[in-house]
Amino acid sequence: MTHYHKTHLDQLESEAIYIMREVAAQFERPVLLFSGGKDSITMVHLARKAFHPARIPFPLMHVDTGHNFPETIEFRDRLVESIDADLLVSHVQDAIDAGRVVEETGPHASRNGLQTVALLDGLKEHRVDAALGGGRRDEEKARAKERFFSHRDRFGQWDPKNQRPELWNLFNGRKAPGEHFRVFPISNWTEMDVWQYVAREKIELPSLYFAHERNVVVRDGVTLAETDFLYPVEGEESERKVVRFRTIGDATCTGAIASDAASVEDIIAEVAAARETERGQRSDDKRSEAAMEDRKRQGYF
Amino acid sequence: MSTDAGTMHREMDLLRFTTAGSVDDGKSTLIGRMLYDTKSIFEDQLEAVERASRTHGEEETNLALLTDGLRAEREQKITIDVAYRYFATPKRKFIIADTPGHVQYTRNMVTGASTAELAIILIDARKGVQTQSKRHGFIASLLGIPHVVVAVNKMDLVDWREDTYEEIVAEYREFCEKLDVTDLTFIPMSALKGDNVVDESENMPWYHGSTLLHHLENVNVGTSRNLRDFRFPVQTVIRPDQSFRGFAGRVASGTITPGEEILVLPGGTRTQVRTIETFDGPLKEASAGDSIVITTEDEVDCSRGDTIVRVNNLPTSATKVDAILCWMSDTPLEVGREYLLMHGTSERKIVIDNLNYRINVDTLHREDVEQLGLNDIGRVQIEAAQPLHFDPYQNNRHTGGFVIIDPRTNVTVGAGMIRSEVREAPRPEAAELVGQADGGPAREKSPNVVWEPWNIPRAEREKRHGHPAKVVWFTGISGAGKSTIARELEKQLWEAGKQTVILDGDQVRHGLCGDLGFSPEDRSENIRRVGEVARLFYEAGFIVLCAFVSPYRKDRQRVRELFPDENFVEVFVDVDAETARQRDPKGLYARHATGRVTGLPGLDAPYEAARDAEVRITRAQSVEDAARSVLASLDAV
Repeated sequence: MTHYHKTHLDQLESEAIYIMREVAAQFERPVLLFSGGKDSITMVHLARKAFHPARIPFPLMHVDTGHNFPETIEFRDRLVESIDADLLVSHVQDAIDAGRVVEETGPHASRNGLQTVALLDGLKEHRVDAALGGGRRDEEKARAKERFFSHRDRFGQWDPKNQRPELWNLFNGRKAPGEHFRVFPISNWTEMDVWQYVAREKIELPSLYFAHERNVVVRDGVTLAETDFLYPVEGEESERKVVRFRTIGDATCTGAIASDAASVEDIIAEVAAARETERGQRSDDKRSEAAMEDRKRQGYF
Repeated sequence: MSTDAGTMHREMDLLRFTTAGSVDDGKSTLIGRMLYDTKSIFEDQLEAVERASRTHGEEETNLALLTDGLRAEREQKITIDVAYRYFATPKRKFIIADTPGHVQYTRNMVTGASTAELAIILIDARKGVQTQSKRHGFIASLLGIPHVVVAVNKMDLVDWREDTYEEIVAEYREFCEKLDVTDLTFIPMSALKGDNVVDESENMPWYHGSTLLHHLENVNVGTSRNLRDFRFPVQTVIRPDQSFRGFAGRVASGTITPGEEILVLPGGTRTQVRTIETFDGPLKEASAGDSIVITTEDEVDCSRGDTIVRVNNLPTSATKVDAILCWMSDTPLEVGREYLLMHGTSERKIVIDNLNYRINVDTLHREDVEQLGLNDIGRVQIEAAQPLHFDPYQNNRHTGGFVIIDPRTNVTVGAGMIRSEVREAPRPEAAELVGQADGGPAREKSPNVVWEPWNIPRAEREKRHGHPAKVVWFTGISGAGKSTIARELEKQLWEAGKQTVILDGDQVRHGLCGDLGFSPEDRSENIRRVGEVARLFYEAGFIVLCAFVSPYRKDRQRVRELFPDENFVEVFVDVDAETARQRDPKGLYARHATGRVTGLPGLDAPYEAARDAEVRITRAQSVEDAARSVLASLDAV
């Protein structure tokens, strides 16, 4: 019955659409967390498909560390306009200014850890009851046990020992006031699946993902882009290299890889041959063996 | 998309499978091995594992560390929750639901199994078939997983011996005959050394079957998909403006095309499919698994929780259902309390009316219990505030499965599989509705007779009677001596001061079942009714002696399943047809010889011998003797 044959991408797409529709139906004030990376861009694409011909029935929400690649912001604004979506922005700078967090100092300063506070502030301000995220279980060991519908208590915390069982395609989104859910429609996708899907659907991505020449600083084995807020310190030097990014997060901790992959097809070939996971270039995960789990417990996305 | 990698995805499909095994069976090592040998592990992951192996003081790199995710698990060195892993070959993408094997985590195994099409059950070749290997097989069967692979692991530690392997195969195969396992495959392997996981083993030349990966790549996927019965639970209504109104959902089963006659449940409004919409354009047909939007010819009342079906293929609609329930909460199930039931895209209030028994997942015995605790599996009757539109789980995972939510905590506390509606006497008006000609509203099968729990619980009655209630079921061909032995047994019980009653064939055929003949269907119905009568007496605290030919194993099994194991005794009166003919107490054989009676079980109609009877009576035993041996078994249970 080749007629009913479904490829893995067909099945993953259908599952993600199903989850997004469950969120729209079960919750009152959902948002789609948008980082500007390929996973969240893919999520936006899936959301358009889920509610077609209507527009996406919930806003996108961006947690802005203030340490962005300019390309990310440009891309975000263009995308939001072209699909007529609503956008909410929660600024880490606001949390710093309000004295709710203290910024790290020194050359290794990163605002990545501060995102959690800005995220929780944003969710609270907009009374969000479900935050859709592009997290995937293949990214990191702690995420392998994450549910599609992940319950968070009033403090935004995740309790890995007290998760709701998810059977068949039944997702229980019931909660008490003040609690919320993080929902991960592309849980079952791998990095390769995302790239194959980007190719199949011809999804446009920021130029950062493709090989380009730029000034970089190599720090602790991680190649970082030189920007206004990240520059070489003593013993380091600025180098001109052809690189691309496998993930796009805070510019201070997102590592680039040497690559001449200039198209999605090149990237698929590169990913197929890759010997390192995409988070391997995230210096924030290297801090301890259980770093990701600790951040998730506190409410990290 | 001209590159190899770019075209690769067109060929790939998807297999979801689950792995079950205990802490020491080497499950994590097996998964680590699959990831490692299919090159799904990256250098930095391997480095992290090597680093961790050294920290944990191990000499070799521990592949198990690749999968034991959370810190608590690393500390306790066990897996405590369902973890999902991914790998792919050019043919297929795989999603592994990795579930822990030890006893307190039945709930995780059930969860992982609910979406799996294949289960890998690990058996340590040194230890052979263990209680938990059986438990895993039972759960795979209960959850309807179509393919089961038994990985006989650690063959390196038994010197790669074929006879050790064959013993395990024979024992496990015999066990699985009691279950609903359709496709069972055995593979001898060593996950540690890599034999028969991805690469063929050089150490076991006697094995000619597939390696595990080869089997996983080639097993037929999609067999659990039901392409016959169209069921479409509506998730949400898409209404961008006045000109468009569509019903969004994922096809749970079956197929649909534009123009087909459909009906919305509940309500039963009929209309036709106008279009099947997607972002990529309208479809000519949609099938199970597709996320679509359906628009209809007429403006119909339809919203989230409703189910769209074909006019000529309706699910069962009932407010009372019979189900197998797995309890997943520390707080035990309370019979009579209100819960929420999530089924498809709908939620409704329910009450668990009755708990028949708990199934011991290790022995498969049905146990008489007052409540279900965490990780217990039991059989229950549920009454819902509004009708459920379902198919038996066996036919349809998506319309037969449900979860139970505690409304006080919002937590998912149970998961269940519907077996059937609870049969009850139809009211006259309901009977008329069923008979109505096509074209009216959906036929409502549920007669909605309100079920009241027993006024005085059986335990109280048993206390007053001074003995537990029992059901003794005598089966055997006509003339075997069932009624004679039952009568003798009743005398002995009566003299000992027990409350007893006898139900036998002639008696019920003159009254209760006077409308039934001797066709296979009527024989089944006869036994079903007798089972229900026996249950009423049983609940009243009696020792019920039933003497019926009951030639079909299936019918006897159905009666057996009404009672906890310890209170049900099947007695097979095993007398050959020749002896029975000579006795011929009712003259049936004589009339058969002259052609005035046909269809006698054991002669020209089937009698399926009892295989699992608790007591077997043979021709050599006297009536008193036979009665005494049954009595002894009653004391034993």
